[in-house]
Amino acid sequence: MMDKMIFGRFIPGDSFVHRLDPRSKLIFVFAFIIVVFLANNTPTYIVLLAFTLLVILMSRIKLYFLINGLKPIIILMVFTFLLHIFFTKEGPLIFEWKFIHIYEQGLRQGIYISIRFLVLVFVTSILTLTTSPISITDGMEVLLGPLKKFKLPVHELALMMSISLRFIPTLMDETDKIMKAQMARGSDITTGPIKDRIKAVVPLLVPLFVSAFKRAEDLATAMEVRGYRGGEGRTRYRQLKWSIEDTVALLSIVVITAILVYLRS
Amino acid sequence: MHEILSLNHVTFTYAPEEPTVKKAVEDVSFHVEEGEWIAIVGHNGSGKSTIARLISGLLFPQSGTVNVLGQTLSEENLWESRSQIGMVFQNPDNQFVGATVQDDVAFALENNGVPYEDMVERVHEALKQVKMDDFLNHEPQHLSGGQKQRVAIAGALALRPRLLILDEATSMLDPQGRQEVLSVVRDLREKTGLTVLSITHDLEEAVMADRLLFMNGGKKYAEGTPSEIFALGDQLIELGLDLPFAMKLTKLLQAESVQLQGENMTEEQLVNDLWTSNFKK
Repeated sequence: MMDKMIFGRFIPGDSFVHRLDPRSKLIFVFAFIIVVFLANNTPTYIVLLAFTLLVILMSRIKLYFLINGLKPIIILMVFTFLLHIFFTKEGPLIFEWKFIHIYEQGLRQGIYISIRFLVLVFVTSILTLTTSPISITDGMEVLLGPLKKFKLPVHELALMMSISLRFIPTLMDETDKIMKAQMARGSDITTGPIKDRIKAVVPLLVPLFVSAFKRAEDLATAMEVRGYRGGEGRTRYRQLKWSIEDTVALLSIVVITAILVYLRS
Repeated sequence: MHEILSLNHVTFTYAPEEPTVKKAVEDVSFHVEEGEWIAIVGHNGSGKSTIARLISGLLFPQSGTVNVLGQTLSEENLWESRSQIGMVFQNPDNQFVGATVQDDVAFALENNGVPYEDMVERVHEALKQVKMDDFLNHEPQHLSGGQKQRVAIAGALALRPRLLILDEATSMLDPQGRQEVLSVVRDLREKTGLTVLSITHDLEEAVMADRLLFMNGGKKYAEGTPSEIFALGDQLIELGLDLPFAMKLTKLLQAESVQLQGENMTEEQLVNDLWTSNFKK
């Protein structure tokens, strides 16, 4: 199941979208989320959908792959669609069968909301699919930079995030090892009633926590010895480069906003 | 010759309020000259790792002084002295900070505010020195223990330190990884004359050093060249330290009245001694 989930996964590649600077991608997605709410009639929603398809096309990520990976979210989408159909009672009645009454406005709202949901999920997924977590962290650190004035520890937050990302596979391996060790001692996590299974997780979590704290301590020591003393006076090895493509990407958002403002009713 | 490091009558205890608790390090003095390879050996709890922590300024002694490059280590010059010392720890995973090999090597450089262009050059140079330059963009989970330790050494070298401390850096590695790391350190010493302080209980590693410091119960028990230390023989075994395998074999062979000349600390010496033994009859 986890293999199919693409939420938060990164697929390396060399498309136009992959090559964009994480900063421009983050601004793009953030602006897009706001712009989506400008759409309020059929033409505007068609424009949004077309634009999203264009973005997907340029990321060279297969649509089929995207839809397959976002199945759980699509179920949620269908659910909201049905809610709208059954509970919005405006406009002329277009379908009637026993207690089910479907009104035109309901159908319209249902479709609109679903499209809105779909484009939001697709575009944000494209961001995480085409940008490595570490680049997203870098981009966030720079973009949130101005908040340092308000005493927000931006550098520390970014470092925390990058270290967590770095240790995810390490801790996964560890979990696997501990699980096998406990299974070898006769612990059974996969069968039995849910209460027993939850109980069986405890001897898994305790050693995992202990070792995570040990790791954290070792890491802190190593970092200190290697001269880490906060963000002050630090230089960056991973450089971000703003290119003409990034400007183009951001301009496309401006253009789409203009079109939506013109078309909306 | 230049003195890189010296400890003068250093005493340290983890529980200063309780005088009855045995001190972790008691009245230890030694010095390291530039270009030397010195190894600190001793069994668990002999205080050898505490010494590494005292040198890197993670701990400060209750009495005595630690001098790095002629300066007494204190809160004020702590960071300056840390930029002169490269340290590699025991667990290969827990000291890997960066997301990829090159990010990790650059970590100490970033901390010290080295400009970008300079950093790129130093990262590549350091990785080449440990023969890991083909792995620039690899993630740590795809590296073996020995490779991770070599990256850790590169991370230390990138700072161009005067002293490299290996704090049981090979103890968690498989024999192959250990060989990789040790041969990298040996090459480095040949090419750059780097000063190395290794804390170890691996005897093959200890034999490679110029000078050995044998710790026991927080005190310096003996100091000398590897052959001087291992000449202590049974005394070492009583104190929980073994002899190198080649030496033990030599002793057993001598007991079986095979004519052997030296004490043969390494396998190579033993082999040479064996095949020439009949000539000398």
